[in-house]
Amino acid sequence: MFLTQTTLVLWGTVLLGITAGLVGTFAYLRRRALAGDVIAHAALPGLCLAFLITQSRSMGVLLTGALLTGIAGAFLMSLLRRISRLREDAILGTVLSIAYGLGIALTRTIQNHHRNERGADLESFIIGRAATMLAGDVLQIAATSVACSIVIVLMYKELKLLSFDESFCRVQGWPATRLDLLLMLLTAVTVITGLPAVGVVLTAALLVIPAAAARFWTDRLSWMMAIAAGIGGASGAIGTLLSARLDQMPTGPLVVLTASTLFVVSWMFAPKRGWLWNRGAAQEELAAAAKEILPTNTAGDTEVVS
Amino acid sequence: MNAIVLLAEQVPVPFASGLSTIAEWLGQSRLTVENAAGTLLVGGLCAATCALVGCFLLLRRMSLLGDALSHSVLAGVAGVFLLTGRIDPVPMFLGALLAGIVTAVATQFIHRTGSVPEDSSIGIVFTSLFAFGVVVISRAKGVHLDLDCVLFGDVAFAGMNFKPTLNWLLPEAIRTLVPALIITIVFLILCWKELQLTSFDPVHAATLGFSVPLIHYLMTTVVAMVTVSAMNVVGLLVVALLIVPACIARMLTDRLGRMLWIAVLSGMSCTTAGYFWALRLNSSIAGLAAVVAGAELATAILVAPKHGLLDRLRRSLQLKIRIAAEDVLAGLFRRMERAGEAVPESVPGCRTLAGNGVAGHFAVHWLSRRGLLVTANGMAQLSDKGRRYAQGLVRSHRLWESWLDQNFDLPPDHLHAPAEAMEHFIGPVIQRQLEDDLDQPGADPHGREIPEIPE
Repeated sequence: MFLTQTTLVLWGTVLLGITAGLVGTFAYLRRRALAGDVIAHAALPGLCLAFLITQSRSMGVLLTGALLTGIAGAFLMSLLRRISRLREDAILGTVLSIAYGLGIALTRTIQNHHRNERGADLESFIIGRAATMLAGDVLQIAATSVACSIVIVLMYKELKLLSFDESFCRVQGWPATRLDLLLMLLTAVTVITGLPAVGVVLTAALLVIPAAAARFWTDRLSWMMAIAAGIGGASGAIGTLLSARLDQMPTGPLVVLTASTLFVVSWMFAPKRGWLWNRGAAQEELAAAAKEILPTNTAGDTEVVS
Repeated sequence: MNAIVLLAEQVPVPFASGLSTIAEWLGQSRLTVENAAGTLLVGGLCAATCALVGCFLLLRRMSLLGDALSHSVLAGVAGVFLLTGRIDPVPMFLGALLAGIVTAVATQFIHRTGSVPEDSSIGIVFTSLFAFGVVVISRAKGVHLDLDCVLFGDVAFAGMNFKPTLNWLLPEAIRTLVPALIITIVFLILCWKELQLTSFDPVHAATLGFSVPLIHYLMTTVVAMVTVSAMNVVGLLVVALLIVPACIARMLTDRLGRMLWIAVLSGMSCTTAGYFWALRLNSSIAGLAAVVAGAELATAILVAPKHGLLDRLRRSLQLKIRIAAEDVLAGLFRRMERAGEAVPESVPGCRTLAGNGVAGHFAVHWLSRRGLLVTANGMAQLSDKGRRYAQGLVRSHRLWESWLDQNFDLPPDHLHAPAEAMEHFIGPVIQRQLEDDLDQPGADPHGREIPEIPE
């Protein structure tokens, strides 16, 4: 077995896609699809701070910083939800934009003060640079996906309960708040792992899109997770192969575009929930309903209507 | 630098003499002051325009649309580049505007037809468009399409990029920002009533015959326009200028007109403070403006007059103290009732009646300051005023017990606790209603006399 750069990146993106699909399913069902986006943006100041404090460019250090501020961002969201009168969307937008602003200010400071060092590379975290993935990065992604999968398998029943009926979960005596925190943590870990490869803006996409696409195909959680993981993995594979084949195409955005294509396909063609299916079904239903209503109404109302 | 000096000879800078005076006073070169003024002007205009539309985004729960629009603008710019192969400001602007509108429409469409939750559909649309934009831009060989500028914005550059406009030498960004501001203000004035109605009560607006979708899409178009013109200057951080000042204003007021003013002022203060801070730290103006906005929001959340955290804590503590004090009064009154005469109680005893704790400590002060409790030699006693107050409380308590007994199937030992909580909130009006409903009761369910209304 020989690892060319492409196979390495392939492993990385496929594993990332699978993990994001699994975790994203819960995020999607909990209506937390954009929490990943916020965490990703909140991670940016952490990257910069970790660099400023330790002056080290090792990925482990930077990502630890990112994870810490990412989680802080998630906490800030739930704090604001409790203490301020602002609504969910405003809270998401606020935390996201302030964290991003702080991140950019720190990045610019680092650039201006460390002109000779490679601090400017922090910028690549915004778009991501999958093509330069190293074996260590892939191992890290693999470790994360194994850890996330184990947690999800162990806590499957509890997370399922939380996703579908939080109040019932509480009433049954499960620690819903702590489970919610666990889910946040899983999201944060996935997002942070994805940062170097697909960047701040697009990691959120990997969490949302496969899960949303999978939702069209099934009504069962287990199937939804499997399909989301499949779509995530497939997007990773196809996107990476495309970017290897086409010159000068960045991997991260191509992975996301593949995922969105798969989303559109699911949205159009999935049975029962798909658009085409529903168009036909809706017309049939309308026709049936019209047949039912019209004969009774025509007697008295036709003249008034016409 | 030379080009600017040359231009300046042909076209005057507005308020040139004023700027020179300031430059002399500060001991800086005139160019520096002109650049500073340009940057502050551009930043302020950006902030004001964004804050105005941001308020409506916030009220209509569409805050995330600003985020989505700012990302998908990249796709519009990239798409125009793909079609024309050139970088002209006007088609790029139109392309970006179109991308913004497409984002808003596609988000709604996926949300409606696919029954995808709205936040997810926003996430799907803008990330896909952004990915498309990044792909196209990275394909653009040899052409300078500045991704950095879109991502981070560069207020400093926008403020220094002077171009002759209408016989004045002004920052180029003014050409899009001023029309955007004017269009926004005209839109707000023309559609003020409709915007207010559809923002606060869309169902009512629809029943009155206003077209809610029409207003929604007009609003979205205006937001897209504002976002695109502001993004020239602040990049993706336009989100911060859209949402955060509106949030600050929302914390501080409940009136729409006032909210707009506060948002505009706080937005402009953010960019101004961001500018000076960035000069010191040699950092990004837009980024620091967002940080300042965050600090302002945190302050507003803490100290806002009505909805602020501190004020809410203060009110809750006041209520706790009042309840504890009233418990003392009612307790002393009951003892007096049983004994047939006033029974003095030690101050620590009063605190025990109040349930101890911080509230209990302050409760005794609360009572003596109001002259409800007379303390002498460490013993406390109800004053005349205090007795009347306590009589009202006990009356409320027993009326409520009787009313509960009459209307709910509760065992007698379950009546006291709810009445103990309710007695603090029953005033003379409710007392009268209860009394009417109870048909002039003389005693409560436990057989104790309900005291008369104190004179």
